[in-house]
Amino acid sequence: MRDVAVIGIGCTEFGERWSTSFRDLFVTAGSLALEDAGISGEKIDALYVGNMSAGRFVEQEHIGALIADFAGLASNNVPSTRVEAACASGGLAFRQAVIAVASGMEDIVVAAGVEKMTDVGTGASVDMLASAADREWEGFTGATFPGLYAMIANDYMNRYPLTREQLAAVAVKNHENGANNPIAQFRNRITIDTVLNSTMVADPLRLFDCSPITDGAAAVVVVPLERAREFTDSPVRVLASAQASDTIALHDRRDISTLDATVAAGKRAFARSGLTNRDIDLVEVHDCFTIAEICAIEDLGFCKKGEAGRLTAEGATALNGDIPVNPSGGLKACGHPVGATGVKQICEVVSQLRGEATGRQVDAEVGMTHNVGGTGATVVVHILGV
Amino acid sequence: MVGIYSYGVYIPRHRIKIPEIARVWGANASDLTRGLGVFEKSVPDLDEDTATIAVEAARAALRRRTVDTEAIGAIYVGSESHPYAVKPTACTVGEAIGATPNMTAADYEFACKAGTAGIQTCMGMVKSGMIPFGIAIGADVAQGAPGDALEYTAAAGGAAFVIGNDDVIAELNHTCSFTTDTPDFWRREGQNYPRHGGRFTGDPGYFKHVQGAAQLMLDAMKTEPKDYDYAVFHQPNAKFPQRVAKLLGFTDAQIRPGLVVPRLGNTYSGSSMIGLAATLDVAKPGERIFVTSFGSGAGSDAFDITVTDAIESAGFSRAAAPSVEKLLANPIYLDYALYAKHKGKIVMQR
Repeated sequence: MRDVAVIGIGCTEFGERWSTSFRDLFVTAGSLALEDAGISGEKIDALYVGNMSAGRFVEQEHIGALIADFAGLASNNVPSTRVEAACASGGLAFRQAVIAVASGMEDIVVAAGVEKMTDVGTGASVDMLASAADREWEGFTGATFPGLYAMIANDYMNRYPLTREQLAAVAVKNHENGANNPIAQFRNRITIDTVLNSTMVADPLRLFDCSPITDGAAAVVVVPLERAREFTDSPVRVLASAQASDTIALHDRRDISTLDATVAAGKRAFARSGLTNRDIDLVEVHDCFTIAEICAIEDLGFCKKGEAGRLTAEGATALNGDIPVNPSGGLKACGHPVGATGVKQICEVVSQLRGEATGRQVDAEVGMTHNVGGTGATVVVHILGV
Repeated sequence: MVGIYSYGVYIPRHRIKIPEIARVWGANASDLTRGLGVFEKSVPDLDEDTATIAVEAARAALRRRTVDTEAIGAIYVGSESHPYAVKPTACTVGEAIGATPNMTAADYEFACKAGTAGIQTCMGMVKSGMIPFGIAIGADVAQGAPGDALEYTAAAGGAAFVIGNDDVIAELNHTCSFTTDTPDFWRREGQNYPRHGGRFTGDPGYFKHVQGAAQLMLDAMKTEPKDYDYAVFHQPNAKFPQRVAKLLGFTDAQIRPGLVVPRLGNTYSGSSMIGLAATLDVAKPGERIFVTSFGSGAGSDAFDITVTDAIESAGFSRAAAPSVEKLLANPIYLDYALYAKHKGKIVMQR
C-alpha cells in the first residue's frame, strides 16, 4: 500500500444557506479544494462523495454523476461514486478516496461531502435523520435521534458521575471554539446557564445539547505521498484510516453508553499508525449531542469511562487543554450538514496541522477525526500528521 | 396632501392565554412566552368574523370623524380569512356604513400586508382625483392549525383607515414596497389552515422584506431612523419587530407605542395597521411615524407619515371611538375548550 497525503481542502460556510442550492454548495467546496491544491479539474482521477439523503432532502439521487457534471468533469468521464453511511458518509467518502490512492488504483482523488437540509421543514428533517437508526425497531416506535441519544445520556448518568452542568460544558466549549471559526454556523459564545435554560428536547438533552440542521459542503484532495510535493509544500499525511460497525439498533448493543464501534475503530487506527492517545495533539469528534462527545473522548481512549465530563468542565478539552477536542466548534457550533461533517473534520485537522487555523490554532503535529453514523452503527476514524 | 383622514380599530373582547394553549399540547409555556414575547391573544366571539370586524373598525373611524358616505368612492378589505372565497367582504362593509352603491370595492389578499396594499390603492385613487375618500381595512380572524406554532399567536382584530386629500390628521409623505416570490407561508384553496416554512419565515421572509422596504424608504426620503418619533413593524410576535427595529437602528422607545402584539397576538392583516392606530392614539401634531408591513409570499409596504394639527382639531375626535389600549383592556378569558368552540375548531355533526 502507498502512503497517502492531503494536498488541498475546501469548505463552504455552514449554516442555513437558504439562497444556495445543493449543487452550488458542493461546487463551491470543490473549487476551494482544487484551488488550495493548485490543480485543475481535469487532473482528477476519481471522486467520492459523502451524502446521506439528498433523495429525501432535495429529491435528487444519482449524486456521484451530478457532482462530476456540475464540477465540469462530465466530458472527462471521471469515475464518481456516492458513499452513504448516514452521518458518517463524509468520513467514509474520505476513507474510500484514501483506499483508492493507497491501492495504487488512482492518483489524484477528491473526497467531498455535502448536505442541503433546510429545503424541508424541521419535522421532515428529523424523520430523515431517524432513518439512520433502525426504522422498523426504533423509528416506527417513535424514536428520534435526540430521543436515542437521550437514552444514552440517561443510562450514562445513572452509571457514571456525570452532572448536567458538565454535559453543558461540552456545548459551552464548542461554542467558544466556533466563535473563532469563520465557517461556523454559530459564532456566539454561550454559558452553562444558556444550555440549562434552553428548551427541553428529550430529557436530559436540551436545545443547546443538540447539533443544528445545517447546509454545507466540504472537499479535500488526496494524492500518493510520493507525489504530494509536486503540488504543495505542506502536505498532510494520512497516518491511519479505520472503520468499524455495530448493531444498527441501540437496544441491541452490549452497552449503550459505550460505542463499541468507536472503540474498535480507534484501536485499529492506533494499531495501524503505531501511535497512542498521547501522540494525538487534537481530535475532532462527532458531537451530534453533548453526550456523544463525552462518550467519544472516553471510547477513543483519551480518558477512563466516567471521567470525560469532569475533564471537560476542568478545561482539559479546550484549545489550551491537554487534549483539545473539536477546535472547529464541532457539530454543535460549526454545524452538522450530515454528509459533509466527516470531510469538514478532515479539513479542520489539516488546517490545524498546517498552522492555518487562525484564532483557534492548536500546537499540533498529529490530529484525529472521529465520524459516527447513526447511534454508532458506523464509525470512521482517521489520524493525520505532518 | 394625501393622508389619513380618520382611523378606527376593532378587537374582539375575548382572550386566551398562551400557557392555556401550551397546556393542551404539552408544550413548555415559559419557553413559548419567552420565545414569542406574546402572553395572550384575542379570540373572536361566536358571531364575529372578518366581515364584522371590518365593519366595526370602519364604523369606529367614521365615529371619530364624519365623512359624507356619498364621497367614499372605494373600499378595500385585506384579509387572509375573508368569510367567502367568492363574494367580497368590502361590499358588506360598504353596505353597513351606507357607502353603497356609488363606489368601487374589492377584497385583497397578500398574507399579512393586504391591508396596507389597500392603503396604497386608496392613496393612488385619492391623489389622482378619482375619488374624494377611500377606506382601506386590514382585518382577520387569523388561522393557525391546532398544535401548530401559529396557534400560539393567531388572533382576531382589524383596523380601518379613511384616506383623503384635504385636512388629513396624518400626511402620507411617501410609500414604497419591496416584493419577491418567496414561499415562506401559504394556504392553498380549500385548506383550512396556512402552512409555513418554519425558520425560513424568518431571515429570507420577514427580515429580508421588512428591511428591504424600510431601507428603500430611508433612501428615498434621505432620512435616518432618528428622524422619526415612532416606528411600527409587522408583528407576528414581539421578537421579530424588536429585532428588525434594532437591525435598522430604531430604538425600543420608538416602537413601544405601536407594539401591541404581546397582549393582542398576531392579527395578520390587522397587525401593523393596529400598531399604527395605537401609535396615532398617542401621537402629537408634527410627529413622524415610520411604518413597514409584511406579507408572506412575500412583500413589505413602507410608509412615511407626519401627524398634522388636524388630529387635535374640533372636527376630529380620538375619544369618539375606543383607543387600542382601551380595546385591549378588560378582556374576557376563555379556556381552550371555549376557544376551540369560538374558533370553529370543534367539528359539529350536521
